[in-house]
Amino acid sequence: MSKDKITTLKSTAVPLPIENIDTDQIIPARFLKATTREGFGENLFRDWRYNADDTPKDFVLNSAIYHGKVLVAGKNFGCGSSREHAAWAIHDFGFQAVISSFFADIFKNNALNNAVLPVTVTDAFLKKIFQAIEKDPHTTIEIDLPGQKVVLEDGSSESFDINAYKKTCIMNGYDDIDYLLSLRDEIKHFELVH
Amino acid sequence: MTQHRKTLFDKIWDAHIVKSAEGYPDALFIDRHFIHEVTSPQAFEGLRTRGIGVFNTGRTTATADHNVPTIDQHLPIREALSRHQVETLRKNCQEFGVELYDLGHPYQGIVHIIGPELGLTLPGMTIVCGDSHTSTHGAFGNISFGIGTSEVEQVLATQCILQYRPKTMLIEINGKLGNGVVAKDIILYIISKLSASGATGYFVEYAGEAIRSLSMEARMTICNMSIEMGARGGLIAPDETTFRYIEGRRFAPKGETYDRLVEQWRQLKSDEGALYDEVIRYDAADIAPMITYGTNPGMGIKVTGKIPALSEMKSESEQNSFTKSLEYMGLEPGSSILGKAVDYVFIGSCTNARIEDLRLVADIVKGKTKASNVEVWVVPGSKQVETQARAEGLDKIFEAAGFQLRQPGCSACLGMNEDKIPAGKYCISTSNRNFEGRQGPKSRTFLASPLSAAAAAITGKVTDIRELVHD
Repeated sequence: MSKDKITTLKSTAVPLPIENIDTDQIIPARFLKATTREGFGENLFRDWRYNADDTPKDFVLNSAIYHGKVLVAGKNFGCGSSREHAAWAIHDFGFQAVISSFFADIFKNNALNNAVLPVTVTDAFLKKIFQAIEKDPHTTIEIDLPGQKVVLEDGSSESFDINAYKKTCIMNGYDDIDYLLSLRDEIKHFELVH
Repeated sequence: MTQHRKTLFDKIWDAHIVKSAEGYPDALFIDRHFIHEVTSPQAFEGLRTRGIGVFNTGRTTATADHNVPTIDQHLPIREALSRHQVETLRKNCQEFGVELYDLGHPYQGIVHIIGPELGLTLPGMTIVCGDSHTSTHGAFGNISFGIGTSEVEQVLATQCILQYRPKTMLIEINGKLGNGVVAKDIILYIISKLSASGATGYFVEYAGEAIRSLSMEARMTICNMSIEMGARGGLIAPDETTFRYIEGRRFAPKGETYDRLVEQWRQLKSDEGALYDEVIRYDAADIAPMITYGTNPGMGIKVTGKIPALSEMKSESEQNSFTKSLEYMGLEPGSSILGKAVDYVFIGSCTNARIEDLRLVADIVKGKTKASNVEVWVVPGSKQVETQARAEGLDKIFEAAGFQLRQPGCSACLGMNEDKIPAGKYCISTSNRNFEGRQGPKSRTFLASPLSAAAAAITGKVTDIRELVHD
C-alpha cells in the first residue's frame, strides 16, 4: 500500500532534550483504544502536555515559539512498549522525522513503517542542534534523505545511516507487505518442508 | 573451523530464513503468532483493505488481556472504548477464523502467560506478538520478540516478517543465589548494570549455573524483561527442566512425536566456542533483593542500598533526566528507600503472575495480615493460574491476609483498564515498567520481586525480605 513519500525535508524543529523518552510518555496506554490509525496526535505526550483537568501545561508542544515537522529528542527515544500508536501519534501530530542520538529498536521499525524518519546523529551534533534551536527557534533543519545528511543553517552537517532497503521504501512509499506478498509461493513451499 | 560454531540464536534464525536477498532484510518464517485486542485491530483492517485473508490461521492465537477488568468479568466491560476494542477482536477473529480465548474462557489470560501454559510455546520456534514482552517465551529456547502493528499485519498476511539479524550477547550468571534472591532480582540487577538501553540492537542468551538452577516460571521472568534494557529478546537453551514443563500440556506434542522432538530439542544449544558480539559475566553472590527508585527499569538498586547522588551522573543531560525522574518519584538523591511507606502492592503482570509467583507470595503471608496502610491486589496471569491457586487454597491465604485476589488480565501493569494506581501514590509492583504514569497518571512505581512485594504488603513499607524471613 502506498504511504507518504519523503525525500528531502526542510523545517523548523521542536526540541525535547530529555533522555529515555518511553512510548508510555509518547502515548499513554489509556489512549490506545482506537481501532483505526488516525487521531492519536491529539494525545501525543498527553500527560506532559495537559493537566488532569485538560488545561495545557508549560510544555514545548504547547509553546507558541516552537513548531515544525522535525522533533529533536534526547537519547534512547522510543524505549518501552512496542505500541505502533507512538509512531502514529507522532505522524498524526504532523512530524515527519525524529532526530536523536539513539533510538530503541522496535520504535525505529515502527517509525520507518509509518513514514516517520528516525535520524540518528552523534551526541555532539545533537547538542549542536539543541543549541541552534535554543538560539533561534525559527532556525531550519534540512534532512536530505537521498544524500543521508542533516544540514543546519550555519552550513554544518552530519551524515546519518539508514538501511538501503528502508530508504528505498520511505522515498517511494513502499511497505514491507508488498515485498512479502510477492514471496507467497516461496513461503508456502518453506512451510511444507520446514 | 570457527565459522561453523554457531550460537543457539543463529541456529534458530538460520532455520527460519525463507529468503535472504541482497539489499533486503531476511524474510523470516514465524511458527507462532499471538495477538491481543490493542495492537491487532489496525492489522486486520489492513487485510480487509488489501482484500486478503490470514495466511495460516492455525499459527495465530488470540486472547483479550490489556483492556479487561479484573473483577466481575462476567459483566459487560463498563468502559465503552475498552469494550469496543475487545468486541472488535472478537469480530475480527470470527471473520478471519482465528482461535480466540475470550473473557470467561478457561484458557483466557495474559498472552505471554497462556502461550507457555497451553504448550503453544516450544523450543526452537520463532514467535512474535504485537507486544514488547513477547521476549518472555524465549525462556523455552526459541526466538521470540515484540513487533508493531504493521508487522502484525505482515505476519497475518504472509506468516513471515522482514527483519535484520540483531547482534548477539551472552549474559552468564555464575555461582549460587543468596537467600531471598529470586529471578526478578537477577534481571533487575542486570538491567541496573547495563541501563535501559544497554542491550539495544542485541538478542541476549542467558546462561550460567544460576540460570540453569531456575524453574521455567523464573526463566520466563528473566526473559520477559530483556526488552527493558533495549534487547529485542532473550533466550535460554532448553534442558530437562524445559521438557518436564512442556510434557502433557494442552497443545504440546504427545507420545512418540514428543519423544522425537525432545531428542531434537536437546541439540538446541550454542556450540562450544561460538562467538557472541558481546559477553558479560556476573557473580550470583553479588545479587541482592533489588528495587527501582526512578522512572526507567535501569534505575535499580539493592533494597538496602542508596539512590545515587546527582554527582554520579556523568553528563548534563543525564543529570537533567535523573533530577526530573526523582522529582516525579518524590525521592531525594543519595537517600535510602528501605522503610519508605507504600500505598499499594501489585502482584501480577506477564513478569510475575504465574502460579509459582503466587505460591512464593502465599508462603510469606500465610498466617499474617496486610498492613493497614496498604491495598494489595493479586492478579493471576491466566484463568488456569487462578483456578490452580484456588485449588491449592492460596485464595484462602490471601483472603485471610486482607489481599484481593482478582481475575486474570494485565491489570495495573499499564494503566489501560480499570485498575490504576491513583496520582501521587506509591506502588510496589511485580510488573516490568516504572515509567511516568505507567500504572496511572502520576502514579509512582517501585519495581521488585514477588517476595519483596509480599514483605511490603505485611509491613506497609519497603522491606528487606531477608529481615522478614529471619523474624
